[in-house]
Amino acid sequence: MEKPINSISLVIDGKQISVPSGTTILDAAKQVGITIPALCYHPKVSRSGACRVCIVEVGGTLVTACTTPVSGGMEVITNSPYVENMRRDLIDLILSDHPYDCMVCQKTGECELQELAYKYSIRNPVFRGERRQYAQKDGNPFIDRDMEKCILCGRCVKICDEVQGVGAIDFAYKGFWAKVCPPFEQDLNCEFCGQCVMVCPTGALIGKNWVARGRYWNMREVESTCPYCGVGCTLSLHVKENEIVRVTAKEGRGVNDGLLCVKGRFGYQFVSSPDRLKTPLIRRRKGGDLEPATWDEALGVVASRLKRVKEQYGPDAIAGLSSARCTTEDNYLFQKFMRAAVGTNNVDHCARL
Amino acid sequence: MPGDITINICMGTGGIAAGGEAVMSAFEDALASADIAASVKKHCAAHKVGCRGFCARDVLVDVIENGGKHTYEYIKPDMVKRIVEEHLAGGQPVQEWLVKEDYHTFHGKQVRAVLADCGEMDPEDIEAYAGRGGYEAALKSLTSLAPTDIIEELKRSGLRGRGGAGFPTGLKWEMARNEPGDTKYIICNADEGDPGAFMDRSLVEGNPHAVIEGMLIGAYAIGAQRGYVYIRAEYPLAVQRLTIALGQARERGFLGRNIQNTGFDFDIKVKLGAGAFVCGEETALIASIEGNRGMPRAKPPFPAQKGLWGKPTVINNVETLANVPYIMRKGSGWFAGFGTEKSKGTKVFALTGKIRNSGLIEVPFGISLREIIFDIGGGIEGDRKLKAVQTGGPSGGCIPASLMETSVDYESLASAGSIVGSGGMVVLDETDCMVNVAKYFLEFTKSESCGKCIPCRVGTMRLLEILTRITSGKGRPGDVELLQELSEDIKMTSLCGLGQTAPNPVLSTIRYFKDEYDAHIIERRCPAGVCKSFIAFTVLEEFCKGCMACVRVCPSGAIVGEKKKPHRIVQDVCIKCGACFATCKFQAVRKRAVYGEIHTR
Ligand SMILES: Cc1cc2nc3c(=O)[nH]c(=O)nc-3n(C[C@H](O)[C@H](O)[C@H](O)COP(=O)(O)O)c2cc1C
Repeated sequence: MEKPINSISLVIDGKQISVPSGTTILDAAKQVGITIPALCYHPKVSRSGACRVCIVEVGGTLVTACTTPVSGGMEVITNSPYVENMRRDLIDLILSDHPYDCMVCQKTGECELQELAYKYSIRNPVFRGERRQYAQKDGNPFIDRDMEKCILCGRCVKICDEVQGVGAIDFAYKGFWAKVCPPFEQDLNCEFCGQCVMVCPTGALIGKNWVARGRYWNMREVESTCPYCGVGCTLSLHVKENEIVRVTAKEGRGVNDGLLCVKGRFGYQFVSSPDRLKTPLIRRRKGGDLEPATWDEALGVVASRLKRVKEQYGPDAIAGLSSARCTTEDNYLFQKFMRAAVGTNNVDHCARL
Repeated sequence: MPGDITINICMGTGGIAAGGEAVMSAFEDALASADIAASVKKHCAAHKVGCRGFCARDVLVDVIENGGKHTYEYIKPDMVKRIVEEHLAGGQPVQEWLVKEDYHTFHGKQVRAVLADCGEMDPEDIEAYAGRGGYEAALKSLTSLAPTDIIEELKRSGLRGRGGAGFPTGLKWEMARNEPGDTKYIICNADEGDPGAFMDRSLVEGNPHAVIEGMLIGAYAIGAQRGYVYIRAEYPLAVQRLTIALGQARERGFLGRNIQNTGFDFDIKVKLGAGAFVCGEETALIASIEGNRGMPRAKPPFPAQKGLWGKPTVINNVETLANVPYIMRKGSGWFAGFGTEKSKGTKVFALTGKIRNSGLIEVPFGISLREIIFDIGGGIEGDRKLKAVQTGGPSGGCIPASLMETSVDYESLASAGSIVGSGGMVVLDETDCMVNVAKYFLEFTKSESCGKCIPCRVGTMRLLEILTRITSGKGRPGDVELLQELSEDIKMTSLCGLGQTAPNPVLSTIRYFKDEYDAHIIERRCPAGVCKSFIAFTVLEEFCKGCMACVRVCPSGAIVGEKKKPHRIVQDVCIKCGACFATCKFQAVRKRAVYGEIHTR
């Protein structure tokens, strides 16, 4: 049985609002147009309250807006000088252990930490001291991990575990030296779906092939459908000088709702590959090379061969196997063609193998 | 039987370390030999008992006859023969080995309520516990009390959590009881990670059955079917005795199915912790039992609502639970008769530091710090001046000598800038540097932070760095203010109690000893002569006899000189350990202040 939803009234920065019970302060604030900064919160993963940046004042004490459910009569202040000062100091602490290399960082302009540093004008952190330094060493082809830039928000750990169901990474070590890494600090060896890269708020996780290929403001975004399989994920192709230099997916778009797999996210280079087929190929002489042909010629060859086999051996000598990379409509037509035109039920699909 | 003699030998971890096992077997051998048995002519039994508090005097041995008790201190195996011959057989106690006056003053102002049976019986024998009234409370609770009766009785007693936060135990149980659901858990927190604390270890070693009985009553009160004891693996003896006790409780039908034919089922599992301080925090502890990394999570939901495996769970400290059977047996009125208005009962403290009598003590709430330090503790070692008392471990603070009349209870210690905490109490004298004390605790919290939240992970590191530069002569004007600002940030914004309390040692030392901070930063000196950057050791030629004693003890080879000629300390090589200073019989080695480098921001 569903629990009846009770409506709860509260005040956020002087604005009266009613929300269903169980709503967090962060989500309630969003509904009245108040954005509370947060670095570990992500809509796709469970709340952790690790970064503490979303602190707000409730009845004189500080609570994290992302983990605290609203309660009746609550008065929330999200932007008092006290809160803002605490928040500033938290960002300052993060920056005191962060390489200040935004100029060359791939994440520049899209970095949530940079945005907050900018908002709070932290040119030089008040707090200073030792910085974590790691020898970089990942050999995998897809993901660059720069753990000096990691703020341990835990989004990557959670999305890998809770959404992707892989659990390739987790926290290791303690305190200042706590670190997100694969077991025993080995190279990342996972599905490389890149969900972690998608949710990383800083430049700690970056697609290897994106590096130095362009800033996001110099790219054109083109929405497209992933050609790899029948799921048909909605992609955002980032195009620079007519070349795809990065692929992302947008939350709320298509069946994938922001998620992708390794192929869709990282396997886009084929589009501008010089090896790519642009016309059908036919072997005109036995033992000869495959040669470019027109579609009419190619379809003519297929039709005449199929006809000959059917006359000589009957329709059941022919079988058809279609591809998950085709659309549903294409697959429908294909089985129709096999059954109605060829006359056989020998038809199957690679997704069933 | 009248005429029988009981010999109790302290075999807590302290007793064993002092040689308790050898003393025990010396007694057993002696009593087993035929001619001695003939001469003693009484029935004698030697028992091992748990910690009795005064570990510094171990091995402690009680000889009990006709209700009279003689206690021996510093007993070694070769002393046993004489005790047997003169005391057991001859009826004449060996006067010179008996405990002295200070042993009695140590116990004078103590009240043994939760420790009543600790040190008085064999902790590995359920019959010994039952013989002293053990499990009566559980039996009564399960057979003739409703769960709500138990909760009401606990509320009336005023018992508050002994694990640090002081939350009313009855209320906690009631919350868990009122949560919907059939599956509930009770967990005993025996992680005890505070440096220098050994209250919970001593209790589990000395009276494991009281903890089990407390859990059983709690389980019945809240409706739990399973309990866990989360105990650190560094406590092997406690784990061993607990495991033995659990086995005996199962055999005697106090654990398992259909307990004492009441239809109530309950059993307890032991889960070993790997020694992370943060795993004592309740949500981290739960994560650890579930097989995850021990990291705290945001509350609410509280464990009483969603705890272990998402089910309502009560987590209580060892001492809290061990109090329960005594309260249920002797009544809430008895318990509430000790203590103050808001802090009822007694509290066990681990009294250590520059004190004459250190050890495990149990005192009623409301006793003053002065009484603890000067009456029970016997004052400061070497009659030096008391400077402060640090209570509550790394989450606590320092209370200066001027506030020694402060009553020891939750509220008074909090308003003095410290906490009762789990019961650490470190006495500091004029030779302790308060900045260095703060640094010591920050070193601990910094390395025990789990790293989950930013203020604790990075903030404690920065606090430590600032303290380190102050103590090493590189402090900068403004550092105290920076420490205060950062402390406030960490306190107010950290996710769990570890971070929220980590700045307390800094804040309380600044509150009461700001002059020491200023001395380090502005005057470039360490008033207590502790911080190495501010001191140098030199040899006064006119006093030096050239005996070579300092040359021999110097670990870094910094002292040069020949026999019968004045020695000299090579300052570049000296590591300022002070070994020469402590060794020289002629006061020829002098410690003097040097001025640190002047640094500007
Ligand atoms: C960092 C940290 C360490 C803690 N360690 C312990 C501990 O070792 N033992 C303990 O009983 N409580 C410890 N606590 C307190 C527990 O979280 C919890 O409050 C307590 O076990 C509740 O039991 P009580 O109500 O009986 O005191 C710790 C808390 C924090 C924040």
